[in-house]
Amino acid sequence: MARRSKRNVAIVATGQTDHRSKRPDVNIVEMINEAVRRCLADANMTMEEVDAVVIGNMEHFEGIFFTEMWSVDGAGSFLKHGMKITTGGTTGSSLAQAGYYHVASGLFDTVMTIGWEKQSEGETTAGLIFQADPLWERATMSGAIGSFAASATTYMDKYGISEEQAARVAVKNRKNAMNNPHAHLKMDLTVEQVLKSKMLAYPIKMLDMCPTSDGACAMIFASEAKAKKTCQNPAWVIAGVTRHDQPFSTDLEMLMNLRTLRSATEEAYKIAGIKEPLRDLDVVELYEPCTFAELSWYGAANFCDPAEAGKLMDSGATQMDGELPVNPSGGVLSTNCIGATAMIRVAEAAIQVMGKGGKRQVPNVKQAMATGFGGSWWSDVMILSKTP
Amino acid sequence: MADRVGIVGIYQTKYEPRKIFDSYPELVFEASSKVLEEAGLTIEDMDQVVTNSQDFWDGRTISNRTVSEACGSVLRAESKVAMDGSFAVFYAAMRILSGCYDSCLLVSHCKMSEGSPHLINNAMFDPLYQRILGFDELSTCALQAKRYLYKYNVTEEQCAKVSVKNLKNGRLNPYPHRAMKVTVDQVMRSTKLADPIKELDAYPGTDGACAMVLANEDKARKWAPNPVWISGMASRLDSFYLGDRDLAEVASLELAARKAYQMAGIINPRKEIDLVELSDFYSYQELLWLEGMGFCRRGEGGKIVDKGITELDGELPVNASGGILSGNPVTVAGVVRVAEAALQLMGKAGEHQVEGAKKALAQGHCGPCGQGQCVIILERGV
Repeated sequence: MARRSKRNVAIVATGQTDHRSKRPDVNIVEMINEAVRRCLADANMTMEEVDAVVIGNMEHFEGIFFTEMWSVDGAGSFLKHGMKITTGGTTGSSLAQAGYYHVASGLFDTVMTIGWEKQSEGETTAGLIFQADPLWERATMSGAIGSFAASATTYMDKYGISEEQAARVAVKNRKNAMNNPHAHLKMDLTVEQVLKSKMLAYPIKMLDMCPTSDGACAMIFASEAKAKKTCQNPAWVIAGVTRHDQPFSTDLEMLMNLRTLRSATEEAYKIAGIKEPLRDLDVVELYEPCTFAELSWYGAANFCDPAEAGKLMDSGATQMDGELPVNPSGGVLSTNCIGATAMIRVAEAAIQVMGKGGKRQVPNVKQAMATGFGGSWWSDVMILSKTP
Repeated sequence: MADRVGIVGIYQTKYEPRKIFDSYPELVFEASSKVLEEAGLTIEDMDQVVTNSQDFWDGRTISNRTVSEACGSVLRAESKVAMDGSFAVFYAAMRILSGCYDSCLLVSHCKMSEGSPHLINNAMFDPLYQRILGFDELSTCALQAKRYLYKYNVTEEQCAKVSVKNLKNGRLNPYPHRAMKVTVDQVMRSTKLADPIKELDAYPGTDGACAMVLANEDKARKWAPNPVWISGMASRLDSFYLGDRDLAEVASLELAARKAYQMAGIINPRKEIDLVELSDFYSYQELLWLEGMGFCRRGEGGKIVDKGITELDGELPVNASGGILSGNPVTVAGVVRVAEAALQLMGKAGEHQVEGAKKALAQGHCGPCGQGQCVIILERGV
C-alpha cells in the first residue's frame, strides 16, 4: 500500500512538442530537445537548475538500446543523475511517478522527466507483438487493436453499451483536441462519421482507435521550497499509485471494468480523501487507447456504476462543460506518442491545476486526476491538487 | 543521508553459461521466492516490487510484463529500471526514502545465452554514424583500453593481474561459473578478442538472477538482526559520443563518487572504505574505475594492482567475490555488486569474507565505455 510522500512535491512546468504522425524534420534527440526547451521556458529555468533527468520510451519501437545514454545531448542530462524507466504504455506515468519519488526522497530538488516516441521510425505493431510469449501467445497476438476488439464485444454484451455511445467519446475527445495546440488529431466529427469509418476489427473502427504519433513531453518536479520560489501556481502531487497484473491476456478480463484501475483509484482516492470522484475531482485526463476503454473505465474509476458508463456519456457529464470533464486535451484518441502518452496525461492534468490550459482550460480546477494504461492491462494513477 | 534504507535479504541463483532448464521468469521466481523465504518474509510484507531487466536481452517488449507472476507484482506496484542493476538498487532505495513505501522487493535477471551480445550492444550506438562501423561493447571497450593503456603507460600485464586476482577470488564464491586458477602468462596468451582485450580479460556470457529485500529503518530493524545500511548513493551520465570524451578518464564516475562520499561523510575513501565491489566487465576497467573513484591518482591503477593492495588480504580488497570476470550476467551485475558488498558487511560472505569490514563501496555502469556510472556506499548495521 502506498502512502503520501514524506516531503511535498510539485509539478512546476511542462513542455510538449506539437505532436504529429511524422516528424521528418527532427531526429529523436532533437525532438526530445524541443520538449525539454519548452519545459525549461515554461519553468523560466535553465538546465543548470535541474539536478536529474529521468527518461523512457518503448525501446523496441525505434530499436534503440540505452535511450538514456543516447539522448544525453538533447535531454540535458550531461554530468547529471540520469535514469531510464520503461513499463510499456505506462512508461510516461511511471516516469512521472519516478520524478515524484526522486524529489520526495530528499535527494533531489529539481527533476526533469521526459517521455518520447517517434513511431514513424519504427513498426509499432511488430514491437507490440514482441511482448507476447514466443511459445504460447505470439502466433495469435495482433497488436493493440485485436485485444481491444475482443474485450470491447464482451463489454458491449455485458452492459448493453452501443457503438454510438463509444462513438461519442471519439467526437468529444477529438473536438476537445481542437483547443489543444499540441494535439495530433483535431477533428470536428459527428457520431455518424465515426460509425462509418473503416472497420478495423469489430467493433473497433478507425475513428474508435488512438493514432500513432511522433512526440515528446517533459515535466519538472520540484521540492516545496523550490516550487514556491519558482512557480506561482504549482500542481502538488497528492498521490501516485501503480497496479500491475498477470502476464497472460487470457487470464484477464481485459478492458472490462479494468481491475488494476479500480484498485489503483481506490487507493489514490483514499490517500487524497476523495469520497465521490465525480463530485470531488474537477477534471480527469484518462488514458483511453480506444473509445470503449474510456467508457469502461468511467466505471472502473468509480465515476459511475460499471453498467451505467454509457448513460454517463450520454448525459454529457464528461464533456468540457459537464460535471467532470474527461480529456480536455483530446486524450490518447487525439495524440499517442507511446512513451510520452501517459506523461501527457499527468502534464495536462497539471496544466489544468496550474491554470495554463488556454482554450482547453476547465474553470476553477482544484483537484485533477491522471491515469496511465499499458503493459498487461496495468494502471497508474496520479492525483494533483492546487494546495499542498 | 537523512534517512536510511536497509538491505535485509539477498538471494542469488547460481550463475551459469547457459541455464537451459530455466526460463527467465523461472529464474525470477526462484530469486524472489527464496529471498523472501530466507528472510522469513512473504510477498505480503512487500509494499512494492522493482524489477531490473532489458527488453533487448529478453527479446521481449515490456519485459517486466513476463515476470509479474514470478516476482509477485500482480495487483501490486511495480516498476522497471532498464539500466545496470546498480541504478535499480538506487531507484528501489529512493522509492522507500520518499516515504510512500516501507519496503521493496528488487529482482534482476538476464539470460545472455538467449541473445547475441554483438547485435544487442550494437543497438546502443547511433544508427546512422556508428552502428555501421560494427561498434559493440567489446570493440569500443577495446578502444577505451587502448587509450587508457597508452595515456598512462599501464601495461597489459597489469590488466592481466586483475583477471588473475578476480578469477582466483571467484573460486571462494559458490555462485559464479568461470572462477579458476590462472597465471598472468595464461591470461596474456588467451585468445585475442579485440586488441588489447583477450578472452580472460573479458567477462563470460552468463545467465542468472539476483534478488534483494530493502526496507526503511523501522522495518529493516524489525526484519533483520544486522541489516546493512545505504549511506550514500549517486549517479552521473557522461557524453554519449566516444569522441566527446577522453576515454582514459571517467568524469561521470569521479562526480558520482564524490557525491556519494559527501553523502556518506567519507573524506578519505582509501582509508575509510574497507572493500570495493566494482563492475569489471573487462580487466582494464577495474584499474580505471579505481582511479575514477579516487582510490589512487589518475594513471596509477596499475601500481595499485602491482602492490597487491586490491588482493583479498590486501589493504583494500577489490572484488572479493570474483567480480563480473568470474561470471555475472550483464544488468544483474550491478545488483550483484551491491549484494556482495552487503554480504561482506553482514559477515555472510563465506570463504571470501573480508574480516572486520564496516564500510563498502559498490559500483555499476552502463552505456558505451562506462558512460553512466553509479556508486553506492554501504555500512554495517549499528
